[in-house]
Amino acid sequence: MSLRPYLPILAVAVLLAGVVSIENSNAFANGMVTAMIAALAGYGWNLLGGYGGQYSFGHAAFFGAGAYVDAILQMRYGVNAYVAFALGASAAGLVGLVVGYLAFRAGLRGSYFALITLAFAESMRVVANAASITGGAAGTLIKLDPAPANFQFQSRLPFLWIAIALVAFAMMLTRAIERRRFGAYLIAVRENEAAARALGVDALRVKLQATVISAALTGLAGALYAQYFLFVDASIAFGPGISIEALAGPIIGGLGTVFGPLVGALALHALGELARSIAGRLPGVDLALYGALLILAVAVARDGLQGLAIDVARKWRVRTA
Amino acid sequence: MIAPLLALENLVKRFGGLAAVDGVSLALPGGGIIGLIGPNGAGKTTLFSLIAGSETPNDGRVLFDGEDITRLPPNARAARGVGRTFQITQPFAGLSVRENIAVGAYLRHPRRDDARARAVQVAERVGLGGRLDAPASDLTVSGRKRLEVARALATEPKLLLLDEVLAGLNPSEVRDFAPVVRAIAAEGVTVLMIEHVMQAVMSLCAHLYVLAQGRLIAEGSPLEVTGDPRVIEAYLGKGAARRLETEAAHG
Repeated sequence: MSLRPYLPILAVAVLLAGVVSIENSNAFANGMVTAMIAALAGYGWNLLGGYGGQYSFGHAAFFGAGAYVDAILQMRYGVNAYVAFALGASAAGLVGLVVGYLAFRAGLRGSYFALITLAFAESMRVVANAASITGGAAGTLIKLDPAPANFQFQSRLPFLWIAIALVAFAMMLTRAIERRRFGAYLIAVRENEAAARALGVDALRVKLQATVISAALTGLAGALYAQYFLFVDASIAFGPGISIEALAGPIIGGLGTVFGPLVGALALHALGELARSIAGRLPGVDLALYGALLILAVAVARDGLQGLAIDVARKWRVRTA
Repeated sequence: MIAPLLALENLVKRFGGLAAVDGVSLALPGGGIIGLIGPNGAGKTTLFSLIAGSETPNDGRVLFDGEDITRLPPNARAARGVGRTFQITQPFAGLSVRENIAVGAYLRHPRRDDARARAVQVAERVGLGGRLDAPASDLTVSGRKRLEVARALATEPKLLLLDEVLAGLNPSEVRDFAPVVRAIAAEGVTVLMIEHVMQAVMSLCAHLYVLAQGRLIAEGSPLEVTGDPRVIEAYLGKGAARRLETEAAHG
């Protein structure tokens, strides 16, 4: 296996780690952690949506499963934080398997798939808000006990590094999938499912595998969220906000690309901060901005910011040549 | 007794009240180029879909290499060696020619490097060797037809179903393409082709099946079939029959 296709990813990760190590004001670090969590959720969504063409509106179902399982295992069963973290992501993968099986077995695609995923996320939100194991409407707190053994740190920096490392892992996983038969099959299913099946692609299996990996990655983001904020409740974990963030990042950054979700998440968070600083603490102003940007991305930049940058660079080169 | 490569037993496919395929039985021993002709709406493409698995029959069986594949999905049939092209070309539009063909090649070559190398070989066989990195959406009609064949061929089929790969090509393109089909068959792939371009059918196919209104009405060598009054009735029409007669008289 050649390392070359992975070098740009390493370079970006090192750059990010360097930037956060130099500029580590609390507000900046906080913003970066949130952006990295969103990017990670976006990488999950991008695998299924960007590469597989199956647009989920309910990735919160996986984010929430990761977050809740991470928190509940630690608080109710005394499981080690890192084990709980890994199990959180696995649980999300399992939820992905169930949702994917039900949706794809029934032959749902397009807006029907989007709706069924949204319905799953919403019903999980309602259940989490009422069940006792999740702490009901009060949510679940993870006990504050800063020690590296508990996946809790005195300063934000180590946590930020871990978040960046996980995003780098997601990018490498994406690249690795791109370069394997599985990735080629996934893209073939997105482009034309009937043609893919005629060429021997087991479309159901490919979509299911993609859903499981996608859900596990987004679940990882959820578990990371729980571990950072040490608190989960139903509307945070399973709310539509996180589903939108998971899809907005990749669409704005560049669908079905290795860097798109990161570019999108960073751009969205920077703009969100900017909007908040201009409009003050007007609630929902960042969400309105996301909406406007999504429409713009779909209307004028189908390949997202990354595609736009490549286009501009190409035009500029032509003009100067 | 060796089982035929493909055997259809009394296949029936109904869409609502219409029987698109109405009790078709045939057996291909394997090898050669076999033509499937018939007027529009005869059920030719539906028959292909029943063989390739994108449709399941209401009745009857499909046997491939002696095994019943009637209920298998298309991908499982491709794995057993049934390759097909689509009449309306279905390229993976966002992918390059090489990537398109590699999807087919991955079936027998799971490693990326092998599949991509195989894709290059196959592209050269169908005359797309110079367009490997072109986006599939940039291809001309003739290029898309070649891509359809290349992708199916990359799965290394035993039986290749070609659905009107010559339709829409100009006469010189047809002349260029015929040797490609012949070369495929020469390598041991059994080719079953639906075709309207009669000149090509006559020169390529050793054996023809004629389908009309969902039923097989005739089979035999091109000469036998075109002389068959039922075929002339159903497929060529009376005017064409007269023209053929005069041509025969002058030839």
